[in-house]
Amino acid sequence: MPKSGSTSKITRRTALAGLSAGAALLAMPRLGRAADETIRIGFPTPLTGPFAAEARDQVKCAELAVKLVNDKGGIGGRKVELLVRDDKLNAGEAATRTLELIEKDKVHAVVGALSSAVQLAVNEVTRARGVIYVSISQSDTINEAKDFSKYTFHEALNPHMTTAAVARQTLKKGMKVAHLVADYAYGHEMLRGFKRAQAAIGADNVGEILHPFGAADYSTFMPRLMSMRPDVLCISNFGRDQANSIKQAVDFGVKQQMKIVVPVILHNQRLAVGPDVFEGVVGGANYYWGLEGQSKSAAAFNAAFKAANGGAIPTDYGAYGYSGVGSLLAAMQAAGGTDTDKVVDALEKLQYDLTKGPQHYRKCDHQSVQSVLVLESKKKSAMAGDNDLFAVLANDAGSDDMLRSCSELGHAT
Amino acid sequence: MDLSLIIMQLLSGIALGAVLVITALGLTIVFGMLGVVNFAHGALFMIGAYAGLYLASLTGSFWWGLLLAPILIGAFGMLIEFVLIRRLYGRSIDDPLLLTFGLSYILVEGVRIVFGSDGIPFPTPPQLVGVLDLGIGFFPRYRLFVIALVAVVLLVLWLTLEKTRVGLIVRAGARDPTIMQVLGVDIGRVWLAIFGLGVGLAALGGVLAGPMRSVNPEMGSLVLAEAFVVTVIGGLGSIVGAVVAGLMVGISISMVALFAPEMATIVMFALMAIVLLIRPQGLFGVRGRTA
Repeated sequence: MPKSGSTSKITRRTALAGLSAGAALLAMPRLGRAADETIRIGFPTPLTGPFAAEARDQVKCAELAVKLVNDKGGIGGRKVELLVRDDKLNAGEAATRTLELIEKDKVHAVVGALSSAVQLAVNEVTRARGVIYVSISQSDTINEAKDFSKYTFHEALNPHMTTAAVARQTLKKGMKVAHLVADYAYGHEMLRGFKRAQAAIGADNVGEILHPFGAADYSTFMPRLMSMRPDVLCISNFGRDQANSIKQAVDFGVKQQMKIVVPVILHNQRLAVGPDVFEGVVGGANYYWGLEGQSKSAAAFNAAFKAANGGAIPTDYGAYGYSGVGSLLAAMQAAGGTDTDKVVDALEKLQYDLTKGPQHYRKCDHQSVQSVLVLESKKKSAMAGDNDLFAVLANDAGSDDMLRSCSELGHAT
Repeated sequence: MDLSLIIMQLLSGIALGAVLVITALGLTIVFGMLGVVNFAHGALFMIGAYAGLYLASLTGSFWWGLLLAPILIGAFGMLIEFVLIRRLYGRSIDDPLLLTFGLSYILVEGVRIVFGSDGIPFPTPPQLVGVLDLGIGFFPRYRLFVIALVAVVLLVLWLTLEKTRVGLIVRAGARDPTIMQVLGVDIGRVWLAIFGLGVGLAALGGVLAGPMRSVNPEMGSLVLAEAFVVTVIGGLGSIVGAVVAGLMVGISISMVALFAPEMATIVMFALMAIVLLIRPQGLFGVRGRTA
């Protein structure tokens, strides 16, 4: 036994020495950071799981934004690097990956996440560590004062502005509306948005059904939805859930009785189930490649994406990757580097137009004020080509009036 | 709540159960007769859907896809048995489990590489598009067809196992392979056929599910979990158990969806937990059986 005492002493001493050496090592790169050091942007996104198609487009577009800046010599001579991590559409995984990106990879900012629940987890981590986070998926919560961080910017549309624009195009006074909603933050927020818009328009709510997130079969919800006899069925879910639920609703003959409306109509999911299933479905969008006829920035973005991706066209959620990273890099350019407070300041002052027209981050909640599109899925015979998926029903220019007021969100005004 | 709604809901549950039955059946037959827990069953279900889609577009007809995909993938299953699984008979149950688990990853990644990770549309066969007016409500023709087809497959399977000489050999082989060998039966060929049958059934489930869901590389993972729940409820290795439990799970999900839709996924696990507490061997399982 006497031996064990001495062993433990040595171990403790060694451990102490090791710890301090480790601490010194950790501290060193911070102290010795050279001006020409690479600018690293962390990019957590769900590369696997039901949102994988959208996530991959986000990565492609984010890489494009980085490439365009690097081609022009970077920011103040510093190259930009994108560090993509798979968050597996899981809040815990996303928080861990984000923490790693910050602590281990020493990223200068984080952009990404593709679920309203996951982005709040990322936001918790970045907020606690004072790291800039540009969120690129829909959320209302992230605008609200209790979740606000001066370091967080929300580039995506939010459910409030999306559902209001969609409801304006599809609902009329006295119409009966039923809801099929994914049972998690995104679905709940979209439902809340639709109900608020419905109330303003004077449409009646005849029922709502929550479905488990990631469900493969929706047949069991259909008889009850049909028995509600609505004029409009709002299906508020995302990714593969959207494809499966619309497909099965159509199988049950839902479209003969009512119109199908979604908050966000997804390019990739329309491709995944085909034109006949989606025909006549109306939904909101942040971006559609077909804007190129009206918008110079859309034409430039499409051309750059095509050149980098073998002629493919960019999609809705992909465009968020481009404008999210693009606006951040523009602000870093303006701030002359990566100093967090200066970049935050620059983001607040930034006027940018990367994909579809002018955008800026509102001062009180850092929500990007931008246009909202409402699209209708085209009939197969009306399509001019394989990519001619949607008709643009509305392109509402961005304005502060679209958003909930700063005081409603709990911000000091 | 009127009666017609409840009947429609029951019908949705039976249609849902039919696909569960067909996939759980393959899993339970392979376990019951070979003692192999096939973790690649879900991946083979997915491969079946892709094969069905590919063959349907090649021949221009869904029906060829429906017929050929299970045969082709069943043959692929035989190849898997002959090359890989065969070497692990007589070893602990974990070995084939790990092997098939690894195999499922290879299959899913393989499909991602060949067909991409986005979903692909699988059109409903034109003869079965639309709904049928049942007087009390409308029901998709395709789902009615699935119920009917699964009933036919079950009948054929039952007749083969119970009424034919081949069925006799298969049942005897599951009971005591050594005696069968002594009697001059090439038990290796029986095992080969059984594994092929199990995989063929997985593929059939995949083709049938294709037009109801979009086809994508991950479609098998959820199905695998559901098939396991059904086999556990029905009793591992029991064919009757798989049928009863499959329908029971389908109908329970559907009925719960009527009253508490957000609970629809949990109900099947709750059902499994209750069955395990009351009858650990499953509804039709044999106590203490280790295959």
